[in-house]
Amino acid sequence: MTAYLITNVSVLGATPTDLLIREGVVAETGVGLTAPGAVTVDGTGLVALPGLVDLHTHLREPGREDAETVETGSRAAALGGYTAVCAMANTSPVADTAGVVEQVWRLGREAGLVDVQPIGAVTVGLAGERLAELGAMADSAARVRIFSDDGHCVADPRLMRRALEYVKAFDGIVAQHAEEPRLTEGAQMHEGEISTRLGLTGWPAVAEEAIIARDVLLAEHVGSRLHICHVSTAGSVDVLRQAKARGVQVTAEVTPHHLLLTDEKAVTYDPVYKVNPPLRTAADVAALRTALAEGVVDIVATDHAPHAVEDKECEWAYARPGMLGLETALSITLDVLGPRWDLIAERMSRTPARIAGLTEHGHDPAPGAPANLTLVDPAARRVIEPTELASRSRNTPYARMTLPGRIVATFLRGEATVLDGKAVK
Amino acid sequence: MIRHLLSCADLDAGTALEILDTAAEMATVAGREVKKLPALRGRTVVNLFYEDSTRTRISFEAAAKRLSADVINFSVKGSSVAKGESLKDTALTLQAMGADAVVVRHPASGAPYQLADWVDGSVVNAGDGTHEHPTQALLDAYTMRSRLGRLAGLSVAVVGDVLHSRVARSNVLLLSTLGAKVTLVGPPPLIPVDIAAALAPGAAVCYDLDSVLPQSDVVMMLRVQRERMNDSYFPSAREYARRYGLDGSRMRRLPEHAIVMHPGPMNRGMEITSEVADSPRSTIVEQVANGVSVRMAVLYLLLGGNNR
Repeated sequence: MTAYLITNVSVLGATPTDLLIREGVVAETGVGLTAPGAVTVDGTGLVALPGLVDLHTHLREPGREDAETVETGSRAAALGGYTAVCAMANTSPVADTAGVVEQVWRLGREAGLVDVQPIGAVTVGLAGERLAELGAMADSAARVRIFSDDGHCVADPRLMRRALEYVKAFDGIVAQHAEEPRLTEGAQMHEGEISTRLGLTGWPAVAEEAIIARDVLLAEHVGSRLHICHVSTAGSVDVLRQAKARGVQVTAEVTPHHLLLTDEKAVTYDPVYKVNPPLRTAADVAALRTALAEGVVDIVATDHAPHAVEDKECEWAYARPGMLGLETALSITLDVLGPRWDLIAERMSRTPARIAGLTEHGHDPAPGAPANLTLVDPAARRVIEPTELASRSRNTPYARMTLPGRIVATFLRGEATVLDGKAVK
Repeated sequence: MIRHLLSCADLDAGTALEILDTAAEMATVAGREVKKLPALRGRTVVNLFYEDSTRTRISFEAAAKRLSADVINFSVKGSSVAKGESLKDTALTLQAMGADAVVVRHPASGAPYQLADWVDGSVVNAGDGTHEHPTQALLDAYTMRSRLGRLAGLSVAVVGDVLHSRVARSNVLLLSTLGAKVTLVGPPPLIPVDIAAALAPGAAVCYDLDSVLPQSDVVMMLRVQRERMNDSYFPSAREYARRYGLDGSRMRRLPEHAIVMHPGPMNRGMEITSEVADSPRSTIVEQVANGVSVRMAVLYLLLGGNNR
């Protein structure tokens, strides 16, 4: 196993030091380390962070390998500074059995670029009618702990209650895609001034807030853990703040795009800006930024959603919702939070690792810690070119935008997955 | 002149009036024995229709033919579109055929915007989803001006399913630009709460038709689909007609000079009674005739006919 000596690197913004990585762990830290035979990585000007953990990734395999595969998505993740991603269940076939989650887990191991932790579907076929075999997925080699029908809401309150209760047996957690389906039939974008002007059917904020309000009450009632996917409105933040003040075991994520972009983007009718939940207003963006800084929203999760060109180069109403996120998430979080490295580590690594139960991840680079870490150049600025992304798809909403920060290297259990800003394999 | 006509928001007052004035000149052609001008000879206009709309298509077809353009009608039925060809591939095909203008009707809001990115020719929005129908608003403005002599200062009530109406959106934008005062009337679920902020800050909203009528110079009735009651926008067709339909007794509350408009096709007995539709105040048949003149003006100006 190759050893790496990272010299003169700032761990989470602290005074620069050297880091020796050997046998999968951080072996030693200190100034002026020497390690014969080790590959030296010049860390001057770079910041070391615990490897990022994404709680919400669509890898599209099995089923839509033309849009993304476990391997291409893993590469995009490593290049974005991630060492672990949680793969959503809405594949084809749906990840609602031990067989499918084990397949995804095995593909992740074979790619070897990040740890791919499959998420299991809550209901059979994401149909929202009856529970999938959650226990079988939990007991499988994939050791599933997060369950989600993401893309669909578990709308039936009784089914949601049962799911919340059932997963307690194996310390599982339900990640809810909060969208009351009767309030969003035919919805195309945020319901507001812009949707009225564009003649696109609105997706009202209340459709998200009503489900979150219901589910925090359910979680409180049955004493279960609940996670809310891609929170997008100021009203949702208010509901979460109140629930947390009462001690409800609820966590929540926000996506980079909901921290940066608004519904104004839809005015060109370019479906690259179509996403579910939709881009909201500037007031929502401001509330989400505050909530993330305060911890009312616990983590940043990408909702990385690759789509083939033909699913995006079409009429807005016919386009699939979703946007790429893995290779730009850290830049946007850095842009939003500023160089508050401990806070960034908390929101993008430690907390998501804790929610997902990924014990090997989310540890600051210190002697004895698993060597899952990433090095970022905070001074770099880069122009996003869709064709230069490692994802198999091109549906980034940040094309030709200049974003701060660049991932220089990423290490997974002591092995480099990214060096000099390029994927090792 | 603008290159495409996608939205009435793109028309400033000068451009809009230029279209209406040109339409007035075009209208004189309709009165001649030979209803044809050579202005667009050798130019190709494609009518690309993804929705059945015989009246709009033949109006554009007549307009293009009276200007001597070559007209190609491309409709979904019996074409490759029905087999799933993408809008982009269709656009590239039209591009390769050398279309100078594409008149597009599409069920998806915004489709003409994408088409405009993919073809070099001019794109005319002939109705896109629940977004806009700019030539309808232009012909409505033309009709108001010819009947009432002016647009600035007119009070126009637009009544019905504003939420789903591309006609309403285009009219609010255009009429506001031209100085008319628009009031949107209908049951609250069919009137977006932020419509004034979204389209024209001067527009007003009112849920009571009877209170609006005495001050209105123009009442524009929108088509209301009976199926909307299945989505609980209103309880029943009967209740809708009672509260928001225009019948003879309501019509008599209008000022003497006021006119009644409808973009067609009408649901007689729903939003408008036959007594009103067939009355002298009704401009419904004139609107159809004016549609050809206005579309001639739009094609003529977009295709640079005034530069010759």
